[in-house]
Amino acid sequence: MANIISDETIEYVGILAKLELSEEEKETAKRDMGRMLDYIDQLNELDTSGIEPMSHVFPVNNVFREDVVTQGDDRENMLRNAPEQKDGAFKVPKTVE
Amino acid sequence: MSKSYETVIGLEVHVELATKTKIFCGCSTEFGGAPNTHTCPVCTGMPGSLPVLNKQVVEYALAVGLAANCQINQYCKFDRKNYFYPDNPQNYQISQLYLPICHDGWVEIDTASGKKRIGIHEIHMEEDAGKLIHDEWEDCSLVDYNRSGVPLIEIVSEPDMRSADEAIAYLEKLRLIIQYLGASDCKLQEGSMRADVNLSVRETGTAEFGTRTEMKNLNSFKAIARAIEGERNRQIELLEDGRKVVQETRRWDDNKESSHAMRSKEDAQDYRYFPDPDLVPVMISDEWIAQIKARQPELRTEKLARYQEEYKLPLYDAEILTASKHLADIFEETVALCKKPKEVSNWLMTETMRLLKEREQEAEDISFSPVNLAKLVELVEKNVINRTVARTVFEAVFADDVDPMQVVEEKGLKVVNDEGALQKTVEEIIAANPQSVADFKAGKQKAMGFIVGQVMRTMKGKADPAMVNKLVREALEKK
Repeated sequence: MANIISDETIEYVGILAKLELSEEEKETAKRDMGRMLDYIDQLNELDTSGIEPMSHVFPVNNVFREDVVTQGDDRENMLRNAPEQKDGAFKVPKTVE
Repeated sequence: MSKSYETVIGLEVHVELATKTKIFCGCSTEFGGAPNTHTCPVCTGMPGSLPVLNKQVVEYALAVGLAANCQINQYCKFDRKNYFYPDNPQNYQISQLYLPICHDGWVEIDTASGKKRIGIHEIHMEEDAGKLIHDEWEDCSLVDYNRSGVPLIEIVSEPDMRSADEAIAYLEKLRLIIQYLGASDCKLQEGSMRADVNLSVRETGTAEFGTRTEMKNLNSFKAIARAIEGERNRQIELLEDGRKVVQETRRWDDNKESSHAMRSKEDAQDYRYFPDPDLVPVMISDEWIAQIKARQPELRTEKLARYQEEYKLPLYDAEILTASKHLADIFEETVALCKKPKEVSNWLMTETMRLLKEREQEAEDISFSPVNLAKLVELVEKNVINRTVARTVFEAVFADDVDPMQVVEEKGLKVVNDEGALQKTVEEIIAANPQSVADFKAGKQKAMGFIVGQVMRTMKGKADPAMVNKLVREALEKK
């Protein structure tokens, strides 16, 4: 494996993803990520000069909606997805700022 | 302070667009509904839901960009900005990083030393977040996703401003352009226009910028001006003490007139942007741009010219009337009804402005209808009331949008132009003031003014001044 993921990197990625990883899981994740980066390196061997970067796999663009109200007013159903609710709102642990 | 410092300011302005529906779903954008009544699986970030772009958002963004002299990215797309916070149900905000819809524009502002161009780095489209309410009784927060997915444009300026005055002038200019386009009502208090201030200081004459901070939570022009002054002084103090400015986001507290750092260092600011795979690219053709250009409503410069041309107003009037879209709309609608442009202009420029100032309000807050102002103009025109009385009646129209005729009748304010009654009063006043009569005879014209004033006072201001003048002169000359 050409790409070695450091302990600091896996720690940082864990924080960004809000994941608590055990030592064992960290080792597995480091190996997996190293392999992914190796694969990217392999893709990078291709000469892509002069090729437009693609942001989408389908050759489709300009998919629009007209500005007309078609949804909403279904609060009861929306709130069924909430682990906890109060006064018609999604209840979450207290956030400061 | 021994050295002289220059303030460098750039602004990030968020504007809520005036669409009927959200940017990626068909939920209403209406303000003030009960919590979560304008929500669906898309704007609450349910797995498997798919966003579809509201065409009107693209058109508003284009309209603003073109009015602000921007280049258009005719191939543009959306990216995901990743962060975790309960107001953001998808755990990413759909925004534009790599190919924003507009870039490299400018607007012109008036400064003490003449006109100045403020560069616009870019304008991008994005979605607003939900609203968090902190529960008063329990240790929890409540999330209302009605605002989640409301379309925003973010207008990022170049760091071209050097003072609070320039920053405010730039914001007022943007607001005017956007209001004229009808793309947003731009109300700072209600949050449909929000500005974040990026500010750094440097010793005058230095080429490099200093370290900047970003300030949030600014919801009035006054708060923005105070925050700029406060942050400038804070940074200068740090530098004078030989300390460093830390690049950070600070929250302005307008009551305390001070700011504090918002996020801790452990809270990494790493948004890991990547193209949103759920949204296809937007291709903006030359024809589409031409259509938007052709549809652009009259902007302020054109209105200024037309007011002078069509309504024969002086430049001074035209400038005041067009400084607010709302004011200009009231002017035009009133003139359409009563056909007296200069009269209407006078009411708006003098009495309306005076009352607004007294109440610390802005032109946006005017609530009387053009119909009632037009009626008032006609009452004066037809000499039903005189100008002094009209000012009192106008105060009632301004405050409660009442029918002026009703005020006139209820308070008995009609002009007295019954010549017999006036004649009688004139004679009484003349009889009671022999000294003034003698003075008039001796050639003192002022003495006549005194008699006229006394008559008007006796008639409680309701007499027709022209008629009183005529009767007094005749009576004095007969003596």
